[in-house]
Amino acid sequence: MSIRVNGVSKSFGTFKALDNVSLDVPQGTLLALLGPSGSGKTTLLRIIAGLEWPDGGRIEEDGEDITDRHARQREVGFVFQHYALFRHMSVFENVAFGMRVRKEPAEKIKSRVDELLHLVRLDGLGGRKPSQLSGGQRQRVALARALAIRPRILLLDEPFGALDAKVRVELRQWLRRLHDEIGMTTVFVTHDQEEAFELADEVVVMNHGRVEQRGKPDEVFDKPATPFVMDFLGNVNVFHGRVENGRAFWHGVPIAYPDYPHAQPRPARVYLRPHELDIARAAPAGAAPAIESEKSLPATVLRQTRTGPITRITCQPLEGGGELNVDLPTAAARELAFLPGERVTITPRSVRVFLPDPEYVI
Amino acid sequence: MNTTSPSSIPNRRARQRTVLPGFGLSAAITSLMIVGLVVIPLAVLILRAASLGPAGFLAAAWTPRARAAYAVSLGASLTAAIISSLLGLLVAWVLVRLEFPGRRILDALVDVPLALPTAVAGLVYSTLYVEKGWLGQWLVPMGIRGAYSRLGIVLVLVFVSLPFAIRVVQPVIESLDKDTEEAARLLGASKSQTFLRVVLPGILPAVVTGFALALARALGEYGSVVFISGNMPFKTEIAPVLIVSRLEEFAYAEATAIAVVLLGMSLSMLIVVNVLQQRLVRNAQ
Amino acid sequence: MTSKPRDAATASSPLGLLLIAGAVATVGLLIVAPLASVFVDAFSNGPRAWWEALAHDPDTRHAIWLSLTVAPVAVIVNTVFGVAAAWLVARFRFPGRSLLVSLFDVPFSVSPVVAGLALVLIFGRQGLLGPTLAWLAVKVIFAWPGLVLATTFVTLPLVVRELIPVMEAIGPEEEMAAVSLGANGWQVFWRVTLPNIRWALLHGIVLANARAMGEFGAVYVVSGHIAGATDTMPLRVEKLFQEYRTPASMAVASVLAALALLTLVAKVFIERQLETESKELEAARVPGADTDPSTGGLGK
Repeated sequence: MSIRVNGVSKSFGTFKALDNVSLDVPQGTLLALLGPSGSGKTTLLRIIAGLEWPDGGRIEEDGEDITDRHARQREVGFVFQHYALFRHMSVFENVAFGMRVRKEPAEKIKSRVDELLHLVRLDGLGGRKPSQLSGGQRQRVALARALAIRPRILLLDEPFGALDAKVRVELRQWLRRLHDEIGMTTVFVTHDQEEAFELADEVVVMNHGRVEQRGKPDEVFDKPATPFVMDFLGNVNVFHGRVENGRAFWHGVPIAYPDYPHAQPRPARVYLRPHELDIARAAPAGAAPAIESEKSLPATVLRQTRTGPITRITCQPLEGGGELNVDLPTAAARELAFLPGERVTITPRSVRVFLPDPEYVI
Repeated sequence: MNTTSPSSIPNRRARQRTVLPGFGLSAAITSLMIVGLVVIPLAVLILRAASLGPAGFLAAAWTPRARAAYAVSLGASLTAAIISSLLGLLVAWVLVRLEFPGRRILDALVDVPLALPTAVAGLVYSTLYVEKGWLGQWLVPMGIRGAYSRLGIVLVLVFVSLPFAIRVVQPVIESLDKDTEEAARLLGASKSQTFLRVVLPGILPAVVTGFALALARALGEYGSVVFISGNMPFKTEIAPVLIVSRLEEFAYAEATAIAVVLLGMSLSMLIVVNVLQQRLVRNAQ
Repeated sequence: MTSKPRDAATASSPLGLLLIAGAVATVGLLIVAPLASVFVDAFSNGPRAWWEALAHDPDTRHAIWLSLTVAPVAVIVNTVFGVAAAWLVARFRFPGRSLLVSLFDVPFSVSPVVAGLALVLIFGRQGLLGPTLAWLAVKVIFAWPGLVLATTFVTLPLVVRELIPVMEAIGPEEEMAAVSLGANGWQVFWRVTLPNIRWALLHGIVLANARAMGEFGAVYVVSGHIAGATDTMPLRVEKLFQEYRTPASMAVASVLAALALLTLVAKVFIERQLETESKELEAARVPGADTDPSTGGLGK
């Protein structure tokens, strides 16, 4: 089942949750809607499920307009953020609910529920109440319940948001395998880029009710289309610089920027990822300036912070401006063994420049 | 839900904010009951009083006997509500903060006046305080007449209004942050200073709400008072009793006029206390 | 309400003892003593006299019968109303919603006598609908329907006020989940909503029933106080008292008082269930705590 969202808008009072959003989800795709809270991703998911009505625009399934079809008839499997399990029903009855209200025969329900509980690895827990389950188990009951009605698409709202870190990673990998097994068109909402990139075939980055970028995880990460995406993907050094004559200047360091050949200088924002920077010890005073190329920025080391395999070195450019983060593998950092206050030079391997408007990317 | 023609969609969407069913049915049942049982009867009452005209209304509602009844009603209700609020604060505090044998039973007994028919309360109170009653045999010789007196009215009104005063304050004391009190004590405040400056401002809005509810309940009370007050015009006759006796004389106009005054009293009383309470909450913040 | 640790040390200090004594005296003198004296007085001439006062007086028997038919009807009407109104207010946003909520409370601030009078002005012989009702030969005032209307009015807020906070705390997600799984309106209500609100509903019903059995002022006005016809139990208590038959009056009162005690026991039991459920709800809101690693994640 493919989904097409066509020019959908939705407001809550004066707040514009969705602003003319269009989106295609091909059959069998596992797609992530990624964005900060308030970006409209959950509203879009709920509109696809029929839990909210759009103010304008249409929703299609396999080319059929289902905008006005009630949620009850959409045959959508929806996993709620806090699972919304029926508190007073057993796990078995939770999963069976969709078939019970369709008045399916009891033995058919029994075998289907057992099959699903096996699929989500909850064999033998059918008699428990949701309150007797752990968060990860509740999540899987919610998934089994959504799958029980043999939905044509599966929608998950922050499926791992309420879980602790270890369970989250496990469930993520498991869900990916499950998707590969059953191949159902699946859309999930998340604010966690790691989750989106690890799990999804395609990522849609949303902000202020609009789609900022859509693409495969690698594309989005390597070629962010807008400053917002760059910012949101996080871990980025942002500086205000300028462009002129085919070059962008960052702290006086020139970077080739052929997209702007004009002589008239324009302000620009320069984005550098911490792991795309080289750092070296500056030559002692008086020594030959061999290491300092004209593409390097002199700076002072402020401090080092280790987060597992990565060590972050925070530097202060000599000519002022904001701090600059450089990420190195911890082993490499250990070898270099910088001390606070030491002089270093920083050389970007890759730089992105965004002009305020229109936006250019190199 | 049928798939309707596209032209009708925007309109329908504007109204429908949720996929949950049952808006129409629940709205129909609710408005039928509220309009039929609350709005229309009270509107008819007010319109009936208005149809008397200003002069007629005054003549019916402002007789010396009626004025005396309002005074008795107001005086007894205010007294009872104040007593209930003070005793309610005491009982609520003890129930929340102190542990002692029988606390749970005491907690449950507080609700008796909500469950006990007011007629039973009135009957019992009057037999307790008459000359030969359990308490009356001691109190009457001392000159305290708890039956057929204004004191009796206040007593039963305290009885019926006490649970309101307690139950509103109790959860607020429960939610008080004990750390703040301990901090105040550490800063050198005495127990009474801590109570007056730290605790009381926090619970005062609830006490006022409890007072308002107690007052509203007391102003309208009929069943218990009719047993104990003796219902002597100008002395122990409250407004609801006067309404009933006018009604029994088929003096509908007068009964209606007095009822509207009583209605106005309880509603304006509630508004005044509401405003007061909002101010208190604002000051506390 | 046992969530907070209480202060046992202060309780044994002089001030603590004084406060406890004050609270016990308040409840004891104002509430327990009267309640106890009902039963003492009712049985002062022996259980036999008590039984005869209840069973051998046809007017009293009729009053008991009338109370047992009026109160349940009023409670059922209010249950239907309470569920519908709570559903409307807790699940939908619409203009006039807060006005509606404040109207729910009006019967609490209107004197029952005034309410009764308002009904008389509509349904009485000289009332708005009087001629129509007379033509139809339907009697409302001084008859059973009037008693039901008056009782329904005074108990109107009790069920709905119990339900609204509980339904708002639970939230609409479970019902939305049921809809997206294909349930229709009644299926959502019977299978999801009702089981979730059952204790709050029962709490409201118990309170409404107690108030309905005991209502005096409003019923007094609309009943006409006709012995053997429109006297309910509380009205019978008053009539026997006015006739200087205090022992008989006390006998009827003791039945009502016993009912009140029963109500309290039920109330305490239900409140315990409600507390358990609200704790469960709280637990479900907290991000799933995977305390047991063997069941937390996925089995290997």
